[in-house]
Amino acid sequence: MPSFLKEFFKRNGVGMGSVMLGLVLFWTIGLIILPQLSMLDFSFRPNLPPPEIGGPKDVYTLENYKYLIYGPEGGSQDYNAVDLRVFFRTLVAAVCVTVFNLILCYPIAYYLAQTKGNHIRIFALMLIIPYWINEILRAFALRIIFGETGVLNNLLVGMGLFDTPFDFIRNDIALYAGLGYAYILLMIFPIYNVIESLDRNQIEAARDMGASWPMIHRRVVIPYAKPGISSGCTMVFMLSAGALAAPQILGGPSSLWFTQLIYQQFNDNSDWPQGAAYAVVLLVTCILLVLAIMRLFKVNMGDIGK
Amino acid sequence: MSAGVGVDLENLWIRFGDFVAVRDANVKINGGDFFSFLGPSGCGKTTILRAVSGFLEPSEGNVLIGGNNMRGIGPNKRPTALIFQNLALFPLMKIWENITFSMEIKGASAKERRKRADELLDMIALPGQGDKLPSELSGGQRQRVAIARALCAEPDVLLLDEPLSALDLKLRQHMRTELREIQQRVGITFIYITHDQGEALTMSDNIAVMKAGVIDQIADGKTIYNDPATAFAASFVGENNVFRGKVQQVMGDEAMIRTNRSGDLVARISSANRGKLKVGDDAMMFIRPEAFSLAPQGATGDHFVTAKVNHEEFEGNVFNIFMEGEGGKELKVSIPNLGQSFEDHTGQNITLEYETQNAVVVPAGELAAE
Ligand SMILES: Nc1ncnc2c1ncn2[C@@H]1O[C@H](COP(=O)(O)OP(=O)(O)OP(=O)(O)O)[C@@H](O)[C@H]1O
Ligand SMILES: [Mg+2]
Repeated sequence: MPSFLKEFFKRNGVGMGSVMLGLVLFWTIGLIILPQLSMLDFSFRPNLPPPEIGGPKDVYTLENYKYLIYGPEGGSQDYNAVDLRVFFRTLVAAVCVTVFNLILCYPIAYYLAQTKGNHIRIFALMLIIPYWINEILRAFALRIIFGETGVLNNLLVGMGLFDTPFDFIRNDIALYAGLGYAYILLMIFPIYNVIESLDRNQIEAARDMGASWPMIHRRVVIPYAKPGISSGCTMVFMLSAGALAAPQILGGPSSLWFTQLIYQQFNDNSDWPQGAAYAVVLLVTCILLVLAIMRLFKVNMGDIGK
Repeated sequence: MSAGVGVDLENLWIRFGDFVAVRDANVKINGGDFFSFLGPSGCGKTTILRAVSGFLEPSEGNVLIGGNNMRGIGPNKRPTALIFQNLALFPLMKIWENITFSMEIKGASAKERRKRADELLDMIALPGQGDKLPSELSGGQRQRVAIARALCAEPDVLLLDEPLSALDLKLRQHMRTELREIQQRVGITFIYITHDQGEALTMSDNIAVMKAGVIDQIADGKTIYNDPATAFAASFVGENNVFRGKVQQVMGDEAMIRTNRSGDLVARISSANRGKLKVGDDAMMFIRPEAFSLAPQGATGDHFVTAKVNHEEFEGNVFNIFMEGEGGKELKVSIPNLGQSFEDHTGQNITLEYETQNAVVVPAGELAAE
């Protein structure tokens, strides 16, 4: 038995320790790893009607992955341009949402963490309460704001800034706003958490030596907050790339999110293996992207847990 | 070498809401001095330092540095460098980057900074340690890095907020000497904050004794020790025995005190109170443990004290005798150990003698808590 397990059992007792260990294992293996493995398995099989499952035609194949790249066999195009475009657009858009969120949330998190007083608690509460409302309602509320005859357009046209209403939905602005808004807390709190533990004296020491505010942030606060920033960015990126409700409700008619394609495969086409392959591609690409960016900014995996 | 840049506090008041943290401080610090603010925890020392460094605007009054009024000038624009109570080194920067951060701000090249860092590391006796992180150094080494970092900014005034408080006793005593040497070498003004009277006495040219936001006395260490202006200064700096009473008679610079327990005793009036202390005033008389000597049993007079011995202890260089004193406090006497035979007096009455010049009388006032 490895020493950390021995330590664990010694601290919690064998009975309680086994229960806790069992629950954690059930959670990770039973609820996360096994279903994902079965998805992975699906993705390598052909889409067969139920009687043929397990039959001679049920063999492992790369067809479903090929489909994403080359499209249907004998199709008119060399590549599956539509799906690939949606795929890359989704990734780029998710990166943009993440960056935008970071730029918006870092100052808020810094302010919350470095200011003392009761008003901060009220401020934080005001950030949290909107999340009691469910995601669908929030998305529709944004639709009301951004719609053709929505509040924002009425205001802009009324003020004479625009002659005709601007189509925020078709231009995906509503979508980005919706995605950004949906994950604000997931960005703010990890950053807030680390900055709160930053000794104020360090900021003052830098200031005392003549540093400007941008310099203080660049050299003192941001390096310190890096674990929080990476943890927030990872969550926001993963969740926006995997979001379904917001693109469904706030996306323009022509702009598909890759998750919507996956959904269509599972639901409309009843092609689970194809859907599973798309989902696996999205998951693996996102993970690789996150790992690459973490490497670029020299973030350790352990930092993410902070 | 110029005389350095002086610092003046003029009628300085600092309030936090209704709470007065500093009350009407007037201090003149000469350029090139090692000046200490000495006082118990919470008396407003850090607050004064923050006002000098510019992190806090005084509610009233002025801070002058080199004769220039600093009102409205931010901490990044003042010729001061502050060493924080907890040092506040940047944990993610290497030692050499920490030390030369002020140069990085001014846009110095990495090569220049590296060179300067190496010079300063030599000065603080940590050569070749520039590539470590602060967490890889010991407390005393971190201490020295903080000093080097502050000196690298080439300030006119170095402000130190209890920088030795986190160190163990041996290192603290060693750093005292070292700090004093560094100060004399660089020749700039040091303003040092401490609640440790030993530190203040050994290092400072001048000391301001503070109590609850009020400065009681400003003088050099010897004067504060020998000629305290208030009961607080007398009881806070060094060990002291107090005798409460009323002024019975004033004879020039001396006064006769009718003490509560020990009869009429004569003492020197501290210079700050000469001409002010009048017959009938409540007064306190202080005699240091080392100022007493043993007298023939039962001798009486205006410079003899008789009391019962509670217990005794042998401290190596001195024999300490603790006797029944006033108000629950013991009377302490230290007899130097010169190899003489020393008999145990526990339970007996003994008589002590002192010289008038070694007893000092001040108006009755608040004493420092033990
Ligand atoms: N920002 C603040 N708001 C309100 N009160 C404060 C503030 N800063 C300090 N005080 C109060 O002012 C008094 C003096 O504080 P200060 O930090 O100057 O003490 P100090 O002499 O440095 O004590 P120590 O030796 O413990 O560091 C304390 O009673 C403290 O509670
Ligand atoms: Mg302090």
